[in-house]
Amino acid sequence: MSDIDKADVVHTRIWQEEPEPENAFATRAAFCRGYDVYGQMLGSARWIDMLLLLLRDELPPPSQRDALETLAVALANPGPRDPSVHAAMCGGVGGSAMAAALMAALAVGAGRNGGARDVRDAMEAWAQCGPEYRAWCERAAPQRRDPLEAFPDPQHVAGFDPNGTVLPTIVRQLLAAIDRGTNTPRIAWLRANLDDLCARIGLPLTHSGVAAALFADLGLAPAEGELLFLLLRLPGAGAHALEQQQHGYRRFPFYQIDLTSEPRA
Amino acid sequence: MNGPDQLLQNTGRLRTAMGECFPGTHTIFRGHDLHRELLEMDWVGLYVFGITGRKLTDAQVRVLHAIWVCTSYPDTRLWNNRVAALAASARSSANLGIVAGLALSEATTYGGQAGMRSLHFLIETQRRVRDGADLEQVVLEEKAARRIYGYGRPINSIDERLPWIMQVAANFGLDQGTHVRLAHAVEAILQPRYPKLRMNYAALHAALIADMGLSVREYQMLRVPTFLAGMPPCVADAAAKPEGTLFPTPCAAIAYEGQDHRTWPR
Repeated sequence: MSDIDKADVVHTRIWQEEPEPENAFATRAAFCRGYDVYGQMLGSARWIDMLLLLLRDELPPPSQRDALETLAVALANPGPRDPSVHAAMCGGVGGSAMAAALMAALAVGAGRNGGARDVRDAMEAWAQCGPEYRAWCERAAPQRRDPLEAFPDPQHVAGFDPNGTVLPTIVRQLLAAIDRGTNTPRIAWLRANLDDLCARIGLPLTHSGVAAALFADLGLAPAEGELLFLLLRLPGAGAHALEQQQHGYRRFPFYQIDLTSEPRA
Repeated sequence: MNGPDQLLQNTGRLRTAMGECFPGTHTIFRGHDLHRELLEMDWVGLYVFGITGRKLTDAQVRVLHAIWVCTSYPDTRLWNNRVAALAASARSSANLGIVAGLALSEATTYGGQAGMRSLHFLIETQRRVRDGADLEQVVLEEKAARRIYGYGRPINSIDERLPWIMQVAANFGLDQGTHVRLAHAVEAILQPRYPKLRMNYAALHAALIADMGLSVREYQMLRVPTFLAGMPPCVADAAAKPEGTLFPTPCAAIAYEGQDHRTWPR
């Protein structure tokens, strides 16, 4: 340590590594928030435990972790109709690198229309509105973001589908599957008041809204929820990209353009 | 029409005036035959035309070139450049590394979002002054309410790029535009009260671009390649060195500040 400039040190509460005696770059033991990852956690901790431990010193109760794991199963594949998965498939059919396909899925899936920013917005709405009809309804008008953000301003109530007209059955099933009663109070409230709330907002709840409610129930910050939503939806994007890579571009939509501008003479 | 009806109407087809390629024959770019009509355009001019549908003057395009040249810093320590170089050192694709570096460049402490907010501030302030507001009052109220992007700079408050780009702007007669003069006037108001809040590159180049008539969202697209030219030298350098040797981190360079060692609850 003596020859390392203090300014060149990474500070972290998350991770600690002890080196092998003969190599400062080889890890003898790794600790996540104090737990021996390779000595104790492997074979005992669940993937979802590790995800949460990376964000918090202490794990939430088992019932909340179960709920998150259930949500993770649902989010793992948004399906090939989802724009983020479509973006990844564009990488597959063109022979792009797998990292490029996932970067494409992240870029498209980051947005405010059902993407990770929508989750972040909805978590901020939970912080402001809580389980109050009136507060949620007052958010029905799109709100300008201040300060200006890289993402365009919201155009609908976060967590609800701006193009939806009916509540999809799978959203109702998802809510039921992750409801842990008093340990997931926002989910329980949503589930109990779902039809009334959707009617008052004028739009159906969507996956991003369910995810935001559960993330808030777990005590996560909006930025943490945004991050988890991005991470948890990547497996499906990658799998569909690989599948389309095998199919090739000839079996992938190229669509039709109706060009409304004529070349000038 | 909205909801599923609107989605159905757009299924499988795109109605657009922007363009289409006709493989084997030609390509239409915003109503122009790309090869017949636009081939002689400056690339940056074409880029702006693609964003706005407007063709800038040669002088404006030259200033845009200068804006980008002026901030092409091949310093691998800079966070966005570092990402591109780390990709090279990790023997990833140079394309992936540079694109990731560009993605990072839309940052709030520097780069894209700082520039957007600076442009937004200048456009809004200009509008309010035009409507009769007092500039000093507007600026001081803004400062009291939030950070004014485009003024102040970490490490050293003097931005070495300003005199260079102002000289280029003067050479092309673009140094006295409404927003450029406004940007200087804002600095003059801030300086006596907040000596460290000197104008930085975000404000000046935002002002120059505002004078070209671009909106904030048009600027967001325009500025994507701003730091691009500084990245390839960093990538090439890292690629030429032994793999994994860029800023290697020994275990001792991690300062752990978390929980003490404890037993995992099985």
